Amino acid sequence: MTDLSHLRKDFPILEREMNGKPLVYLDSAATSQKPVQVLDAVDDYYRRLNANVHRGAYQLGEEATDAYEGARAKVAGFINAASDREVVFTRSTTAAINHIGYGWGLYHLKPGDRIVISHMEHHANVVPWQLITRHTGAELAYLPLTEDYLVDTSRIDEVVDGRTKIVSISGMSNVLGTIGPVAEAVAAARAVGALAIVDGAQLVPHCAVDVQSMGADFVAFSAHKMLGPTGVGVLWGRMDRLEEMEPAEGGGEMIRDVDFTESTWAEVPHKFEAGTPPIAQAIGLGAAVDYLSAIGMDAVRQHEIEITRYALEKLSEIPQLTIYGPMDPAQRGAAVSFTLGDIHPHDLATILDQEGVAIRAGHHCAKPLMRVLGLAATARASFYVYNVPEEVDTLVAGLHEARRIFGVA
Amino acid sequence: MSLDELYRQVILDHYRSPRHSGHIEGADATAEGQNPLCGDEVTVELRIKDGAVTDAAVRGRGCSISQASGSMMADKIVGLSLEDVDELVHRVKRLLNIEPGDPGVDPERPGAALGDLEALAGVRRFPVRIKCADLPWATLQEALAGNRTHR
Ligand SMILES: Cc1ncc(COP(=O)(O)O)c(C=O)c1O
Repeated sequence: MTDLSHLRKDFPILEREMNGKPLVYLDSAATSQKPVQVLDAVDDYYRRLNANVHRGAYQLGEEATDAYEGARAKVAGFINAASDREVVFTRSTTAAINHIGYGWGLYHLKPGDRIVISHMEHHANVVPWQLITRHTGAELAYLPLTEDYLVDTSRIDEVVDGRTKIVSISGMSNVLGTIGPVAEAVAAARAVGALAIVDGAQLVPHCAVDVQSMGADFVAFSAHKMLGPTGVGVLWGRMDRLEEMEPAEGGGEMIRDVDFTESTWAEVPHKFEAGTPPIAQAIGLGAAVDYLSAIGMDAVRQHEIEITRYALEKLSEIPQLTIYGPMDPAQRGAAVSFTLGDIHPHDLATILDQEGVAIRAGHHCAKPLMRVLGLAATARASFYVYNVPEEVDTLVAGLHEARRIFGVA
Repeated sequence: MSLDELYRQVILDHYRSPRHSGHIEGADATAEGQNPLCGDEVTVELRIKDGAVTDAAVRGRGCSISQASGSMMADKIVGLSLEDVDELVHRVKRLLNIEPGDPGVDPERPGAALGDLEALAGVRRFPVRIKCADLPWATLQEALAGNRTHR
């Protein structure tokens, strides 16, 4: 196995105990833990560099700006953006997708136009589009799933039809683990001149992403799922698309000139960064990107394939346990959803919590998907760089305890 | 072992075979409750005659705690006066540490004794699950409040 266990010492929280047992954190799909390198970068900003950015009246402000813009350059390098300016700092994936909706969708969509998403989307890539359809009269259409929990692209040319203006698809499902058909979605969008958007909230933390070869117009992701702080996310966009997009928020920092009735905008990316940005958080993201790059995203992916394979194998051996998602680790990420007999996922989470194991239970902010699956909730264990196979064993032991308590044979 | 205290046999029994889980045609009071965080759902329907609950239906989807709590609630409130139901609701909320005070029986109101509902006490050690146990009771309160405003 790709052994990354030496990384564990970098994550102070992993030393904690929960209910008297060592914490086994299996909820990284919700938010990842943070290494000291990230904590130190945030701390260092507040201790040594704290000043507002882009004000330029004194040395300290200059240093803060350099650190903030340095983080932008690191992120740009991490995803191979054509230029640092293509990286817009937002609050989160959610904010990034909303920004495309309100900055591009609102201005380019009209009644009868189509927005295509898939049945496995997170609410962050569903609800903003529902809001935009209300404003514009455009309609929402869905790519369905196959029986193997993959996005069904067999009729993608019918769904992504001539009316389609936006195709927005998850790079990796936070529920099924399924890797989205990004190449097919981008090609289908290109064929009809539609915007191609990738919800990279799960993809970017777990796989090497090269936005130029991916070919999409926009990619959104969140720092907190990739070892970085909460409160900052990224909207990457191709420069021509960013140029044609309007700001969705107005305020300080994003203007060139403000008159009594009209204003003009600052250059990309600043025209999308209204108000004081999440400076410390962006700097923390820069440190997270350094940390991931030092491991190497190929090693990150390899480790995840291996631990996911092990988890799928061990979970499959448990009687009455059903896994929702592809069984081939090459087609998926490390979020594994399951149910066990008639035990409600919430009850599973409580029982596992007593063993120190933190999993997620519920609809995972993907209610349309839950409807398609005919479920109200699943339990979900998700893995990241710091997880080790022994933690899968602890999870499995906890699930056997749940079977005992509930008398599930 | 506190997990065994939480998942007592009566809880699992009510979870697997919920009582009064039907539907009351033309109910006198109804409410739907949801816990948006975990997706638990409960519908409460009541038949009320002469100031007493003469029939109750509680249906839902969710974890063992919310569903067993609803089933035990339905079992318990049929036949109680509205005053006793009210007292029972507060007693359960005290049992669940939602309201301060002792859940013990008021000798003046033996009708509102907890009985099987004592089994919910195990939830107190699991703060994240208190909302689950409370969902049917909060929904019952809503149904009763609606009934009051209608008259
Ligand atoms: C696939 C996917 N998209 C979007 C989001 C939203 O991310 P955030 O809450 O950071 O905006 C998540 C987070 O759970 C996710 O997993």
